[in-house]
Amino acid sequence: MKTFQDSGHLFRLAIVFIGAFVAFLVVRALLVPKTFGEYGHYRGAALGEIAAKPINYAGHQACEMCHSDIAETKSHGKHAHVNCEACHGPLDKHAEDPTALKPTLPDTAVICARCHQKNIAKPTGFPQVDAPEHSGGVECKTCHTPHTPVIAAVAEPKSAGVKK
Amino acid sequence: MNITRRRLLYLLPAAAIAWEFVEAGTPELAPNYKLTDHWYGMLIDVTKCIGCGSCVRACQNENGVPDGYFRTWVERYHIENWDDESPNVDSPDGGKLGFPPSKYTGGKNFFVPKLCNHCADSPCTQVCPVGATFVSPDGVVLVDSKYCVGCRYCIQACPYGCRFINPKTETAEKCTLCYHRLTKGLTTACVENCPTGTRQLADLKNPNDPIHEFLKTHSVQVLKPHLATRSKTFYYGLDGSVR
Repeated sequence: MKTFQDSGHLFRLAIVFIGAFVAFLVVRALLVPKTFGEYGHYRGAALGEIAAKPINYAGHQACEMCHSDIAETKSHGKHAHVNCEACHGPLDKHAEDPTALKPTLPDTAVICARCHQKNIAKPTGFPQVDAPEHSGGVECKTCHTPHTPVIAAVAEPKSAGVKK
Repeated sequence: MNITRRRLLYLLPAAAIAWEFVEAGTPELAPNYKLTDHWYGMLIDVTKCIGCGSCVRACQNENGVPDGYFRTWVERYHIENWDDESPNVDSPDGGKLGFPPSKYTGGKNFFVPKLCNHCADSPCTQVCPVGATFVSPDGVVLVDSKYCVGCRYCIQACPYGCRFINPKTETAEKCTLCYHRLTKGLTTACVENCPTGTRQLADLKNPNDPIHEFLKTHSVQVLKPHLATRSKTFYYGLDGSVR
């Protein structure tokens, strides 16, 4: 007499389970990305993909390699710690190939006012003016030199503003 | 180049092995960049912020952030007398083009730049059902846009409101602390373009980083410390009314 009568169906069930388990392993291996779990519960390759994105701001070190004269001028003035691209905009393409992109000069009537327009919320020690009243929309660089912000036209400092 | 049939047969297995790495998008990290050597955060000196919006413009230019969405933004606070519980906060277009004159003439007024706090125990990464957002080994909270299903759980989970769904890709997006710049040895776009030094990138694993001296000698705060997110964006001079 057999120990287990009609034990065949147990084996058939076991085969079905083993088959399902193998199928699960195969599907899992196919669907889970190779680098998943490399550093944690995420796709490790994502780090490299995010890091490979192109940059747009070259950084002031790149600017200063060619424009050392301006860096020198700037280092003596109040704008020493204002980096080039804060006013001139993103210029990595220009840094890569100076002929590929020729930067346009920023409109000082707009760009200076963003920082220096009077606002009650600005720290009190920060130099501020009411731009419309101060210059009447005339470009700031008419009187001020942006790289070392002092009055250039000392003789008639307000002439530009008064004319309007 | 002449390839004989026999030579091609030799080359095929080699090509098959190499293809695996090509597909995996082998990290193009800078040769000297070691993930475990860094633990990034940021220091924000609120007393220096002038609300010029340079950081917001820089972030949008650098990362192609869609109009009307922000990975970083600047808020203007107004507090009447002692009423710290109900400040008036505005942030027109994220402060991208600076701030118009305030309608208030008195009280306490100041700017606060905001960005992802790159929490070490970040609530947003814990809720992701597919493992698409994570804290990288160098301490930056990132989103794997190829893996994100756009379910928006992380947007609800972030207590600082730093995430959004990109309307084009329909995936979650946030400040990457300019990960593509950090790994190339550059600083973030917002730090690069901050004219007053309000923002400073901090590498907490670098013993020579001035952040250590600053943290030792100054009283700093993180946002919503009661949530125990272990935020790594440290604020100096932060008012109690800022949430």
